[in-house]
Amino acid sequence: MAKLHISATVNGEPTEFLCEPDETMLDVLRGPLGLTGSKEGCGSGDCGACSITLDGRLVCSCLMLAAEAEGADIRTIEGMAEGDTLHPLQRKFLEMAALQCGICTPGMLVAAKALLDRNPDPSESEVRYWLAGNLCRCTGYDKIVRAVLETAAEMREAVR
Amino acid sequence: MNEMTNKWIGRRTIRPDGAEKVTGRAAFAADTTMPGMIWGKLLRSPHPHAHIRAINTAKAEALTGVKAVVTARDIVDFPVDKSVMLGIQDMRWMCRNVMAREKALFHGHPIAAVAATTAEIAAEACKLIEVDYEVLPWAIEIDDALKPDAPILHDFIRFEGKPSNIAGKLEHKLGDIAEGFAKADVIVERTFTTRPVHQGYIEPQACLVSVTADGKATIWSSSQGHFMVRAMTSMLTGLPQSSIRAIPAEIGGGFGGKTIIYLEPVATMLAKKSGRPVKMVMTREEVMRATGPTSASKSTVKIGATKDGRIVAAQGAFYLQAGALPGSPIRGSAGCAFAPYNIPNVLSQGFDVVCNRSKVTAYRAPGAPIGAYPVECVLDEIAEKLGIDPLDLRLKNIAKEGTKAAHGPVYPRIGFAETVAAARAHPHYQAPLGPHQGRGVASGFWFNAGGESSAQVNITEDGNVVVTTGHPDIGGSRASIANITAELLGIDYRRVSVLIGDTASIGFSNLTGGSRALFASSMVVTQSIEKVIATLRERAAQIWQIDPEAVTWAEGAAHPAGKNAGNFPPLTLAEIAAKASATGGPIGAGVQLNTTGAEGGFATHICDVEVDLELGIVRVVRFTAFQDAGRAIHPSYVEGQMQGGVAQGIGWALNEEYIYNAKGQVDNPSFLDYRMPVCSDLPMIDTVIVEVPNPKHPQGVRGVGEASIVPPLAAISNAVHNALGKRFYALPISPPKVLAALKTTA
Repeated sequence: MAKLHISATVNGEPTEFLCEPDETMLDVLRGPLGLTGSKEGCGSGDCGACSITLDGRLVCSCLMLAAEAEGADIRTIEGMAEGDTLHPLQRKFLEMAALQCGICTPGMLVAAKALLDRNPDPSESEVRYWLAGNLCRCTGYDKIVRAVLETAAEMREAVR
Repeated sequence: MNEMTNKWIGRRTIRPDGAEKVTGRAAFAADTTMPGMIWGKLLRSPHPHAHIRAINTAKAEALTGVKAVVTARDIVDFPVDKSVMLGIQDMRWMCRNVMAREKALFHGHPIAAVAATTAEIAAEACKLIEVDYEVLPWAIEIDDALKPDAPILHDFIRFEGKPSNIAGKLEHKLGDIAEGFAKADVIVERTFTTRPVHQGYIEPQACLVSVTADGKATIWSSSQGHFMVRAMTSMLTGLPQSSIRAIPAEIGGGFGGKTIIYLEPVATMLAKKSGRPVKMVMTREEVMRATGPTSASKSTVKIGATKDGRIVAAQGAFYLQAGALPGSPIRGSAGCAFAPYNIPNVLSQGFDVVCNRSKVTAYRAPGAPIGAYPVECVLDEIAEKLGIDPLDLRLKNIAKEGTKAAHGPVYPRIGFAETVAAARAHPHYQAPLGPHQGRGVASGFWFNAGGESSAQVNITEDGNVVVTTGHPDIGGSRASIANITAELLGIDYRRVSVLIGDTASIGFSNLTGGSRALFASSMVVTQSIEKVIATLRERAAQIWQIDPEAVTWAEGAAHPAGKNAGNFPPLTLAEIAAKASATGGPIGAGVQLNTTGAEGGFATHICDVEVDLELGIVRVVRFTAFQDAGRAIHPSYVEGQMQGGVAQGIGWALNEEYIYNAKGQVDNPSFLDYRMPVCSDLPMIDTVIVEVPNPKHPQGVRGVGEASIVPPLAAISNAVHNALGKRFYALPISPPKVLAALKTTA
């Protein structure tokens, strides 16, 4: 099969790549694009470790064909910090020890940011249901939920 | 040790590996590549039990792109008649687990492996391998494996003189149970079952192996111990340990499941044969079919007590599934079950049952939750029958310093009673319950572990510190080591860098398992720092031209010990480091020890559940965990261990189980159908850290990683009973079981 030529924006950078028609976005991110921050925990869209945003929408990159990225704005964990300034969520995850092994962390952060972009003042239940697609086996989610709520509060305070 | 003046021990510092992990830069096992790298894939058995008559790999080898094929012939054989142990693993079983030899013993058992230029070609080549199987009858469940006419998995296993699937028995005995039960006013005897549950780490097993033409291998993989990776790969490939360098990738969860290896020896042989670096990554389905899980169990527990609540005798028989090859955690079940209590007469037996499932692997406090679950549920019934508060019943029979445990030790100072007392006094215990809600309590014990550990502490030329240890850090041990180093040297923790060395750069260090990593590594780090401080005092003495005994170390600097020593301004770490070459050379020290004195860890949990009467769903609505940490070096990561263990316990109690189909295959090998708790399933998990310092550790540390998964199974079962007035004797307490129970009650 001939490879497809795809043009997209990845973390703000115009990016071109070749892919097989059946290749997933996750494989292209982790392979030719060298963005291994997105993880493959299941390959079936159940764990959320590969979470990215596609034109602002939260998706599992393992369930998305790379060819679907044509013309789209893709954001991954690698694009979350600005230079050496961490995003408030990243900082809060560190301060509140919201990670242990860290394998789910990139996907969790991408998903949490997608939530706060939509809803700057989520309730605990809203955080829990939004993150229900991101599995973490280490933390019991407690510190993750607290970190997201705390970040949201701080970001609201900063805007005021 | 636990002074309030501590500057860093007990502080919630930012972990040294944190920035890498929140930016996606941390390299986990599957994240590394090499120029010229090719892909390895395993062919797995489609049958749960079959003789392997012949394997023909000719067609696979002929496929374009295939660079190497490996079968059991390429893996070192350890004959079944002679045990060769590596730690707690028997290499007879490891060699057969990594690659099937005489028989395929479970659906998913590796039969052969291929390395090819792409993963797709490797998978295609696997399909071209011809295997001549003689399919045999199989046994999946414990009851099936123990039937008189059960298919026998291994001809060489005998139990009580007969061929059997019982591969081993362990017994702990104290006093005389017949005499004990004779004194009892109340006796409760029940049989319980639990299902196999998977460790559920989010990172599938993966490795990258390069073998050069001179036979030197480099392995990048994530595991709970890269020295274990080196040793097992050496034994299974015949390469000497000195020719293997195992580099620890960041590990994406292990929970015991990565204390053994699956891929590394296979990838090593593929790399050796092909002359190319070989990468292997398991799919989630492979993880679920062929790694872990922990055992299913069937246990009968009988406990007798006097009217006033004194337990006089206890008996337990714990049957655990080992999976295809011997080695279930019966020691954890039979040993931990009664360990929290001072019981004069105990008989605790464990039975290791082989069956046609993947070989079980350690899972957080291996065996202990299986042992504690029936005991803590029976105690709840006894408390109910006697009209005694269940926590008071535990306090009446509590093990403390001087108690002789059935599994052997006489306890030193332990903090168990403090956890029960803290639970008793906690507002949660008295809080009102809503409709269809219930409350349960349970306690639990884990042995904890010491063992081999190595550390190197080096002072950099600019006066900062690099600490290297040899245990993979899964849950924040680097952060704790940084706290301890900063405390002992009297410097800011940001001046401390903590690394995990590979097998070529640090001495042998045992697995991150048994809750040993921080206990053991902080011992060797402490002793290394003591040596470094002695050197720093010597160097300062040299500069001041006074006796080293006249120099003290405080707040990151050398000081004259008193007026008689001389009148010198303090010499800081940076100032001494700058003069290191002139005063005798680089400053650093390493210590290697077989550490002892880990001592047991205890936990007590309070759990509130709410039962949805229409759907049969049990929801945990409030949970408070109390645990003796000895000393919490970094409280956030102690809490994290407690919360994580509780969450896994909740999954075990309510949702998780392996489901097999009629063909002897796992029917739910995905995160969709194997239902681990997700964020919306759980409440906040409150923690109370109890600190009764371990007298045998320089900072008072006890292991904290595992005790937290021991109580939840029973705490939840007891809570469900409290909510419904009905006891469940089988886990998981899943909606179909709850609905069936509600129907019979109605």
